[in-house]
Amino acid sequence: MGMDLSTLRTLIIRYCVGEENWVDSRTIYIGHKEPPPSTEAFIQQRFPDNRIVSSKYTFWNFVPKNMFEQFRRVANFYFLIIFLVQLIIDTPTSPITSGLPLFFVITVTAIKQGYEDWLRHKSDNAVNQCPVHVVQHGKVVRKQSRKLRVGDVVFVKEDESFPCDLILLSSSREDGTCFVTTASLDGESSHKTLYAVQDTKAYRTEQEVDAIHATIECEQPQPDLYKFVGRINVYMDNEPVARPLGSENLLLRGATLKNTEHIYAVVIYTGMETKMALNYQSKSQKRSAVEKSMNAYLVVYLCILISKALINTLLKYVWQAEANRDEPWYNQRTESEKQRHIVIRAFTDFLAFMVLFNYIIPVSMYVTVEMQKFLGSYFIMWDDEMFDEELGERAVVNTSDLNEELGQVEYVFTDKTGTLTENNMEFIECCVDGHVYVPHAICNGQVMPGAASMDMIDTSPGPGAREHEELFFRALCLCHTVQVKEEETVDGIKHGLHQGKSTSFYISSSPDEVALVEGMKRLGFTYLRLKDSHMEILNREDEIERFELLEVLTFDSVRRRMSVIVRASTGELYLFCKGADSAIFPRVISGKVDEVKARVERNAVEGLRTLCVAYRPLSPEQYEEVCHLLSGAKLALQDRDKRLAEAYYLIEKDLILLGATAVEDRLQEKAADTIESLHKAGMKVWVLTGDKMETAAATCYASKLFHRNTQILELTTKRTEEQSLHDVLFDLSRTVLRQHGGMTRDTFSGLSGDCTDYGLIIDGATLSAVMRPGQEDSSSGNYKEIFLEICRNCSAVLCCRMAPLQKAQIVKLIKDSKEHPITLAIGDGANDVSMILEAHVGIGIMGKEGRQAVRNSDYAIPKFKHLKKILLVHGHYYYIRISELVQYFFYKNVCFIFPQFLYQFFCGFSQQPLYDTAYLTLYNISFTSLPILLYSLIEQHINMDILKKDPSLYRDIAKNSLLRWPIFIYWTILGVYDAIVMFFGAYFLFDNTTFTSNGQLMTTNTQMMFGNWTFGTLVFTVLVFTVTFKLALDTHYWTWINHFVIWGSLIFFVVFSLLWGGIIWPFLNYQRMYYVFMQMLSSGPAWLSIILLITASLLPDVVKKVICRALWPTTTERIQFKGRCLASEPSTIFMLSQTSSRISF
Amino acid sequence: MGRVKAKPGPLARRPDNSAFKQQRLPAWSPMLTANTVLPFFYFMALICMLLGVWLLLTVQSTREMKLDYTEAGTCDRCFEMRKNVSNAGEGCSCKAVFSLEKPFKGDVFFYYGLKNFHQNLRRYMDSRDDGQMVGRKTNLKNPSSYCSPFIRDQNGLPIAPCGAVANSIFNDTFTLFHHDSSGKSFKVPLLRRGITWYTDKNVKFRNPKVDNLTLAQVFQGTVKPLYWQRPVYELDQADPTNNGFINDDLIVWMREAAFPNFKKLYGVLYRADEHFTQGLPAGSYSIEINYSILSRGGTVVWLKLGVTRVPLCAFVSCVFLGVF
Repeated sequence: MGMDLSTLRTLIIRYCVGEENWVDSRTIYIGHKEPPPSTEAFIQQRFPDNRIVSSKYTFWNFVPKNMFEQFRRVANFYFLIIFLVQLIIDTPTSPITSGLPLFFVITVTAIKQGYEDWLRHKSDNAVNQCPVHVVQHGKVVRKQSRKLRVGDVVFVKEDESFPCDLILLSSSREDGTCFVTTASLDGESSHKTLYAVQDTKAYRTEQEVDAIHATIECEQPQPDLYKFVGRINVYMDNEPVARPLGSENLLLRGATLKNTEHIYAVVIYTGMETKMALNYQSKSQKRSAVEKSMNAYLVVYLCILISKALINTLLKYVWQAEANRDEPWYNQRTESEKQRHIVIRAFTDFLAFMVLFNYIIPVSMYVTVEMQKFLGSYFIMWDDEMFDEELGERAVVNTSDLNEELGQVEYVFTDKTGTLTENNMEFIECCVDGHVYVPHAICNGQVMPGAASMDMIDTSPGPGAREHEELFFRALCLCHTVQVKEEETVDGIKHGLHQGKSTSFYISSSPDEVALVEGMKRLGFTYLRLKDSHMEILNREDEIERFELLEVLTFDSVRRRMSVIVRASTGELYLFCKGADSAIFPRVISGKVDEVKARVERNAVEGLRTLCVAYRPLSPEQYEEVCHLLSGAKLALQDRDKRLAEAYYLIEKDLILLGATAVEDRLQEKAADTIESLHKAGMKVWVLTGDKMETAAATCYASKLFHRNTQILELTTKRTEEQSLHDVLFDLSRTVLRQHGGMTRDTFSGLSGDCTDYGLIIDGATLSAVMRPGQEDSSSGNYKEIFLEICRNCSAVLCCRMAPLQKAQIVKLIKDSKEHPITLAIGDGANDVSMILEAHVGIGIMGKEGRQAVRNSDYAIPKFKHLKKILLVHGHYYYIRISELVQYFFYKNVCFIFPQFLYQFFCGFSQQPLYDTAYLTLYNISFTSLPILLYSLIEQHINMDILKKDPSLYRDIAKNSLLRWPIFIYWTILGVYDAIVMFFGAYFLFDNTTFTSNGQLMTTNTQMMFGNWTFGTLVFTVLVFTVTFKLALDTHYWTWINHFVIWGSLIFFVVFSLLWGGIIWPFLNYQRMYYVFMQMLSSGPAWLSIILLITASLLPDVVKKVICRALWPTTTERIQFKGRCLASEPSTIFMLSQTSSRISF
Repeated sequence: MGRVKAKPGPLARRPDNSAFKQQRLPAWSPMLTANTVLPFFYFMALICMLLGVWLLLTVQSTREMKLDYTEAGTCDRCFEMRKNVSNAGEGCSCKAVFSLEKPFKGDVFFYYGLKNFHQNLRRYMDSRDDGQMVGRKTNLKNPSSYCSPFIRDQNGLPIAPCGAVANSIFNDTFTLFHHDSSGKSFKVPLLRRGITWYTDKNVKFRNPKVDNLTLAQVFQGTVKPLYWQRPVYELDQADPTNNGFINDDLIVWMREAAFPNFKKLYGVLYRADEHFTQGLPAGSYSIEINYSILSRGGTVVWLKLGVTRVPLCAFVSCVFLGVF
């Protein structure tokens, strides 16, 4: 097992660091003093100054750089090319038609980015110019922050934040420690203790500090906040003394000094090389499935565009084969045109056709989609139901690019602790050598003090056991990293010790430890504080015991245990170790293993978190050896972590088992309900946890992930020890496939209730065996496939004993499987960050383990239960909205451009545009843009409450169902049909002799002397109305805003047309639209044809909708019908809730 | 009612509970079911049916007469002549005859039509300067580059009106005669005014400002378009107020047709004349055509004469929809 872990560990490390290890290191001269000549020569390196540059642009490079960045986007580049083509060649439409929208888009984006950058500049300046204190020639001097250089010694006072990354030299506290809070870095508000370098902590004044003669060697900056290795060489009498430096010596930029009067520290990383700055590098962009479909459609449309242009060019030259068509007498070429070569002419014609039809790829779609996403995400933040009163937090949207992806989730990967559970630990019991102790903390609502609150369930132990018991309690009091916080209350995690006079809190990054120490307090052993490397404990007899803390072997998630080495006042040396049972038992040599194991397993089944405690008495010689091992590892510059792990491995052995503890972590409110809803919605929920199998399984049962009738399949180390992995896998897959034998894959989409559910439990070790690449060559590849096959048929999967990176691996495995399902990862701690980043959608829970998950997530919600609303309601809405947006955008541009294409057949393929320039320009920008934007913001096809009540509706939109090719083709065909109706309808009106010559139904004095602009305007009017009405027909949620925008934009079109045709525009060279619109409206047939053509265009869609609804209604439509009957009910509820909220505020 | 802005404590970040932000605005949710759509359908169908029947009835009382004079009567001679470019300058007039079996009662409109004449070619359409036509003096002497290749003549003098559209104006002239049963011939009077949009004639198309100058003086320094026989200020020799850019025929021609086969209004029957107060009586007619310029370069040009009565529109498709 141990070997397994260490190989896994090396694997992971290799994965993190890449194949080669970081070799380069830097050397820093403290106070810029040269080292004594005897030492080896270091190469002087250049370091940047301490200027923080988060801004992207300067005043001078803003325009070119921003332009460059914007035109790197394919769409923008495409429109730029079109615009340039229009400028260069003689094109049908004026460059304004594509230049203006492009200019608009670019300007809006540039203004937004410029403003953001200006804000960054401002904050940069504020940071760069803020004063810092530097020790120079024995005096403290003020300097601007940006002038700090590597090697400077700075002086920081309490509550100041560190200007760059520093190594702590000395502190005003006697023990050479200082406290910092990294709230602004990772959100953990607990105070962390950092240590000064042993040899320099005595230098406490600026003169003394200035006299320090030392160099620091450390690694080059890297972004991991919690990793740092280095070495300090202090020259005492020219004799270098080397000391290890670790992250416990490193003060990070952005952290704040607390509870410490002042410190002296030396600058090691400056400016953009600080860990904070390195961490601000942007995450990789996630793209939603909708965006991918959109791009696919774009490619199709680009092909259509090119083929249209090609066809027209070809036809043009076929048509022009006749001489007088090529150059009729009334349309002679200019000289330069005559001289042009035919190939060039053909190419220009091709480009001109491209320009003419380029509107088929709408410039405004990108803007609209972006606006929709940006504005739409506010509804998530505004949602009152996702506000948590306890935390005072509401949902946070870190990226709005993935809104619609929330409606597409197929796999949910959730963390257990803090996500499914509250992460609010409560000490339940402990078991020493099989004797169980339960603190009766709460008795009739009162906290009972002291030793009396202990209840022994078993027979009282003998005297030897008594000794063991006390050792156990002491072990728990000593083996932790809890700090005691006095008086002051801190935000965030508070654990009151309200007994006694002074109010003090235990603070720790791990809530388990706090629970344990508190539990010990209730059992009579109170941990008081850590003072001068001595831990003080108040024992049952109210005596203070002091233990010297010699070493802390910190916790890590691979080893899954931590240890301390202490020296009792009697001089005995102990190593106390606590950790997960699987991490402890293999290393235990004596103790009542079986009894403890039984108890641990029992507790685990009940869903309690268990820890085992063991100790090892150390002889002075052994301690010497331990010290040697540790200092050797700590001094290493390279591979320090690996060597430390090896050292820990050697030290934490031959343990004697003391007992075990059980801590309860309650399920979050409505966690079970949420998981059930997700199941009903067709999502597969996987729990990935570092916890042990039994505990995790218990939580899964409690949270209804597994039901009573779920058949559990185990794929754990225990089983693979008995059989080979190969056999187990094939066994399982046979079991699963037998059940699902005849049925197809889509059993989960509706029938899952009928047949047996399968639940899979797999642990980290087995998983890594399954995933291990290429060792048994051919068969290993199959393992993954078989494993995936099993997983597909299981409704729930529990992965326990997971390392953080394994979580990401699992997500990646599913993500890359052949169906490419959409995955969502949700978690609250730093260990979930990797999977949050890996999954399509990452959701952070604002939990108790800091803000790292929240910072790295795409969305953050206060509680797990809010997942239900964000997926089932918001996700569903966003998906419906954006899919309509995308389809509609393509549809309306087909309608727009196809008549122009048809017109080419009547104008001798001369690229004559059908519509006036103003119409071409404004169609997408203003006449038809707002209704669809608004639709895509507020459409609700089904009432919110029904969506929440009936999660199965989520299946309706699964697998990107509204953006499938058939639907896309339907929309496109509809667009083509409408275009044909509009064009030939108007053509009929114009070309029909009877009709045109008599176009005087309502005008008496003029004739229908309609030219081509009237024709174009007629088609355009029908177009705008048809397209808007089509949207109106699709709108299922008519608020007053919809009415306002839809009718408003139609009225705007009419008013604009009247105005545009109503004036002889000064400075314009053409006046072709003068009175065209009015003239058209003044003729009766035009009115008739407008009404008739609009109706005819919309008819097929309406008929299709009615028929489909009547004969093959979708679930959504059925619900809509039902919802209508109940329509009055929710509104009443809403009224009530509004009234109550008014009262409460 | 007033919302308290600074909410205390942990509720500070609480979102507003407004209907909009909570997406709970009251809304009307229509559904397209057969029950809602069908009545609307029937209603529309009824309207269209009525309209269609009415239009069908009215259209039956309209009459149309079309005459292709390209090679009709003696015009074949002119047509042949025009095929040869060298004869372009010579005038040619010819005569065609037709008869009306039933009288055309009421207003009668006289159109000329062209076939396969692409007024909608892009380069052709753009080749005009509206700035010149609306009477801007700078544009008169400096026509826009759009007019190319008809901006200036060989001597560099600006063309007014410039551009291919004006250059190719249709300038056949027609005289219509009615021959009654007694063999007497009456000239059918055609009103050549009021055939344009009111706004075009009176607002858009303007001659450059005349300060006590004659039109000819205003246009001094410009030349007539290449294919024209008379300068723009002498287009209508009968009516001096109908000259320059505000000439009705020019305005009609300048409104480019949408399709290659088109017709444009030539005149309206002047019913004040005693013979024609009722419209055109039945009988035989002849038409004298001054076959002039359009056949240049050997283009096959078709002309048709449409004479119609009682203008009303028929939209048969309405009936179609109505039946549906």
